[in-house]
Amino acid sequence: MLNNTRDPALEQKILSKLPSLAEKASRRLGRPPVLMEVCGTHTMAIAKSGMRSLLAGNLELRSGPGCPVCVTDQEDIDKMIALAGLPNVIIATFGDMLRVPGTGSSLEIERARGAQVEIFYSPSDAVLFAARNPAKEIVFLGVGFETTIPAVALGLDAAIAQNLRNYTILSSHKLVPPVMEALLGDQELKIDGFILPGHVCAITGRKAFDFISGKHHIPAVITGFETVDLLESIYLLLQQIAGGQAQTINGYTRLVREEGNKKAREIMKKYFETADARWRGFGLVPQSGLVLKKQYSFYDAATRFPLQVPASRPLKGCACGDILKGKLTSPQCPLFAKKCTPLNPVGPCMVSSEGACAAYYQYEWTAK
Amino acid sequence: MCLGIPGKVVEVNFIENWAIVETFGVQKKISITLVDEEIEPGDYLMVHTGYAIGKIDLREAETTLKLWEEILLAE
Repeated sequence: MLNNTRDPALEQKILSKLPSLAEKASRRLGRPPVLMEVCGTHTMAIAKSGMRSLLAGNLELRSGPGCPVCVTDQEDIDKMIALAGLPNVIIATFGDMLRVPGTGSSLEIERARGAQVEIFYSPSDAVLFAARNPAKEIVFLGVGFETTIPAVALGLDAAIAQNLRNYTILSSHKLVPPVMEALLGDQELKIDGFILPGHVCAITGRKAFDFISGKHHIPAVITGFETVDLLESIYLLLQQIAGGQAQTINGYTRLVREEGNKKAREIMKKYFETADARWRGFGLVPQSGLVLKKQYSFYDAATRFPLQVPASRPLKGCACGDILKGKLTSPQCPLFAKKCTPLNPVGPCMVSSEGACAAYYQYEWTAK
Repeated sequence: MCLGIPGKVVEVNFIENWAIVETFGVQKKISITLVDEEIEPGDYLMVHTGYAIGKIDLREAETTLKLWEEILLAE
């Protein structure tokens, strides 16, 4: 059954309907519609499918702040790198963070200089690692959205249950609805429809994104990650734009429930609370971050290892911030594919496997 | 980062809250702590960083596909 969501014949059928629908939408808007995805995994899926070029002229697909590594503020990255330099500390991280450039270094460079940086697929593996290395301080870099945060919370839950004294979290966790609100508040930006992140919504539920259509009157569709899923969401968005309607539709009903995953939200709430957070390109976004609650400050690396890092400098010439806001597309950055390539990335959008620039470079760009 | 990998349940243990899931022939032990639904062998789970974040509703998948076939035919 799940193989049917990869059916090329169905892809072709939906794709063939899109140009005429896009034309109707364009007539209403007076210009081709602009649709935005806010999930790095969607960014990759779109780039890989080739649908952007197939639909060029009919509509524009643009990336938003969907890559957690990319939206992490420069100062937070500098703090992570500084932590790696402390004696007795081992950094535990998801692989994506390793090569992200800070102001003067990266975790990868620090590791080459002798710092201990370990990559884990799951926070629970990092907890096992901490249990096996009681003489070392294991600092887990909490980077991710709603999909990932419950797993980090459960990792901490396990560490506390085992009474581990050497496991802490540096929380740079971020929430998607508040940054969508920030995006929608930007009057310069004209986005006509949103492709919503399926796995974030599996946790938050459809309702959490109702404000996009309810308050801002912009259509939105929660979507899965197969090409058929993405084409369906584009169809549903164009149909709404053409008809002058706005709803937040759940197009990923095989996984996303109206109320989301309550158990996952409960474990998040047990350990974390919301706080204002800085996002690359956006600056301070109210109540968009999650920090450890005061009673768990023993497990908070920010409290246990307070560090003053020198003032962070923006990456020179890097347009990552504007790309994350959807103001520029990757090829519009003067550094793209010249000074900035996956081998020599200047900004995180080119580093992360889910960054807009990395996706564009790998799948859609051809050297002239 | 929000990459989810669907896995077919091969074995499930409710006491210790884990399941063995298979994806493209590879089996992996994952946590089912976050899933608040019945799970049995043959079910599909969406797995993210070692944790199932939800059960994939195959009937819902089928209904959606049928609906799309109808929508596409109707035009």
